[in-house]
Amino acid sequence: MPKLNGAGLLRGLIGTAGLLVVLEAAGRLGAWDTERLPLVSTVLLRAGELLADPEFLVSAWSSLTTWALALALTIAIAVPAGLLLGMVRPAEVAVRPLIEFLRPIPSVALIPLVILMFSETTNMRITVAVYAALWPVLVNTIYGVRDVDPLAKETLRSFGFGPASVAYRVVLPGAAPFIATGIRLAASVAIVLVVTSELIAGGIEGIGVFITIAASGNRLDLMIGATILVGLFGILVNALLVAGENRLFRWHRARTEGAT
Amino acid sequence: MRRATFGVLRLWIVPVTLIVWELVTRATVSPFFPPPTRIVEQFHAMWLSGPASQLLLTDRALETFGPSLGRLLLAWVIAGVLGVALGVALGRIRGVADYADPVLQFLRALPPPLLVPIFFALFEIGTATQLAVIVFGVIWPVLVNTTDGVRAVDKGFLETARVFQFSRYDILRRVILPAAMPKIFAGLRLSLSLALILMVVSELVGSNSGIGYSLLYAQQSYDYAGVWAHIVLLGVLGLLFNALFLVAEGRVLSWHAHARRTV
Amino acid sequence: MLELVDLGHNYGSYRAIDRVNLKVAQGEVVCIVGPSGCGKSTLLRSIAGLIKPTGGTVLLDGKPVDGSPENLAVVFQDYSRSLYPWMSALANVGLPLRRRGLDKKKRDAAAMNALEQVGLAGAAAKFPWEMSGGMQQRVSIARALAYQPKLLLMDEPFGSVDAQTREELEDLTLRVCAHHGMTILLITHDVDESVYVGDRVVVLSKAPGTVVGDLPVQLPGPRDQIHTRELDAFVRLRAEVGRLVRGITPQRNTHGNTHGYGYGVETR
Repeated sequence: MPKLNGAGLLRGLIGTAGLLVVLEAAGRLGAWDTERLPLVSTVLLRAGELLADPEFLVSAWSSLTTWALALALTIAIAVPAGLLLGMVRPAEVAVRPLIEFLRPIPSVALIPLVILMFSETTNMRITVAVYAALWPVLVNTIYGVRDVDPLAKETLRSFGFGPASVAYRVVLPGAAPFIATGIRLAASVAIVLVVTSELIAGGIEGIGVFITIAASGNRLDLMIGATILVGLFGILVNALLVAGENRLFRWHRARTEGAT
Repeated sequence: MRRATFGVLRLWIVPVTLIVWELVTRATVSPFFPPPTRIVEQFHAMWLSGPASQLLLTDRALETFGPSLGRLLLAWVIAGVLGVALGVALGRIRGVADYADPVLQFLRALPPPLLVPIFFALFEIGTATQLAVIVFGVIWPVLVNTTDGVRAVDKGFLETARVFQFSRYDILRRVILPAAMPKIFAGLRLSLSLALILMVVSELVGSNSGIGYSLLYAQQSYDYAGVWAHIVLLGVLGLLFNALFLVAEGRVLSWHAHARRTV
Repeated sequence: MLELVDLGHNYGSYRAIDRVNLKVAQGEVVCIVGPSGCGKSTLLRSIAGLIKPTGGTVLLDGKPVDGSPENLAVVFQDYSRSLYPWMSALANVGLPLRRRGLDKKKRDAAAMNALEQVGLAGAAAKFPWEMSGGMQQRVSIARALAYQPKLLLMDEPFGSVDAQTREELEDLTLRVCAHHGMTILLITHDVDESVYVGDRVVVLSKAPGTVVGDLPVQLPGPRDQIHTRELDAFVRLRAEVGRLVRGITPQRNTHGNTHGYGYGVETR
């Protein structure tokens, strides 16, 4: 990614504005049927209006809470599991094949099964999202624990600290930057899975449901507008988490770059 | 030999899990969790009881897998070629990447499955639209990674090329592309797993053929073992794609793995 | 064959080299030595056409240089960034020959021949990361040889290898250039090396770098790592160059300076 300096930012703004203007002009000049695919300005206007549309906001709030719960549950499961597997080498060796078999299952494939299992849609969505979001946190946590300086652990152990104490004082802080990276990746994955499960399984509320309803009314302006908002939300969350990581882990060199 | 034995021993957890799973599911008799043997039976009956001439695959398997895998691979190849070509262009033409960056970051952040209803609303439901949606959904990792990789080519490599007066074609083909290849492969790998997901989503939402459609059919006829068999199938496909990809990557990028190890 | 006229280069407001004048004759081995940060690399990169100098001209065979000149090869200090890790040694050496319009067979033969000359015939199929630093730098030299340039630039070519390998490579360079009659411009910060390898040693001052000394090296017989370095002439010359590099004002007229503008700033 190019560095975010003044000139780069300006160019980015120019590029974005230029593209929007070209698309708008193309639409107005009849490059496509604007009855079917609305103009850029219409879509952007609609996206803005959606932010004040009560019906959309109810759906957005539902998706947001589902996402937050899923992410919290993911962290609650994957971080302790990752710490344990990272610290107890034989356990990791034993479980590794299971992880390797389970991880490639595309979690959208679980949606039809989970629909049958849960009558309550929120739980179903959370289950699907957690299944997908679990892996980046788990794998990054294990990796992070491995990365902790063994000398630091030895030192503490030699002073008579027990394993729990060592985990809390050395391993957790040492692995924290990796865990944070895992959580950031999981946050993006969870957004995708929450809206996808809403889209496929339906329900009463949720952005995916909102888009399905808009589709049945052939309202492409609403569909694209809502999709744009989800995309922007994803960028916002990612940017906030990156900023948080940079603030919290200034001491940690950019070693995690490859771990995406 | 000893390594191979060790490798097999390492997998002990898999049969143990399967046995425990079998015993528990037999004891609890929950409809949602059929015993693994039931799942395997169903898997076999649906797809693997065919003639040897078709590698044991049934006609049903061929009819189901064919369209899905065809669409997936074709779309992935198109996205790969387009993504690399556009990425090289963006990365090589000075300054252009800066202009395009926010748009690319935004497009990459869109949840690809949300594209499915939009594309289906815009175009006719059918193979072409499915292809288009997968291409559009998975091209971004390749495009962004290629741009990054091409821009990050070591200056030393390029200066050597300039001093020895390589042709533009040689610079691209023998210096820039190989140097960017590790990043390009990372992008291709990500987009392959995304393509699998998008294939399933597009078939779940609107299709009358393919694995996703077949999965939906099993679900709607409350065939739990069948639903599980589909999940296993997709998991195996994911694993298989990943393994094949790693083999290919290992061949193309052997220099990279070694070069990194020695530095 | 190579002439620098009032060559100067600024990076923004920082003046890296200032009015460098130098003439190199066909077949000469000229070592440019100077303290770190004296703009040695800037000088070399200007000649190689990798940067466009902000002042003065570089003339090659009487013609001003614009872009990377033909018939010029460079051996860079950092072999790991100059050899392509995705190619075998043979492919690395043969690659520049594509421009020469040779077919694959001829390219491979020429590359193999060059590898033989640097003693790496057996390692042709190896990749750079399978070789030691010294071997990699030999491949770089072989690449330059196969290219058969009229002018060979070497930028601290032995700066990243251990002392013993360094001596081997110095001798290799001397031997090979005697064989090909190549003109060599070698840049180094090592006073000892400059006197040992060069027919002439040109000393650059601290930044902004300019020529403060230009001394012919007159040592008897073929050079030899042990005996040559013991010679009184060698020791004296080394001391002289050392003083110039450290900026201690030299006694004038101990040695002639061939082109008359050797002592740069002080004489002007």
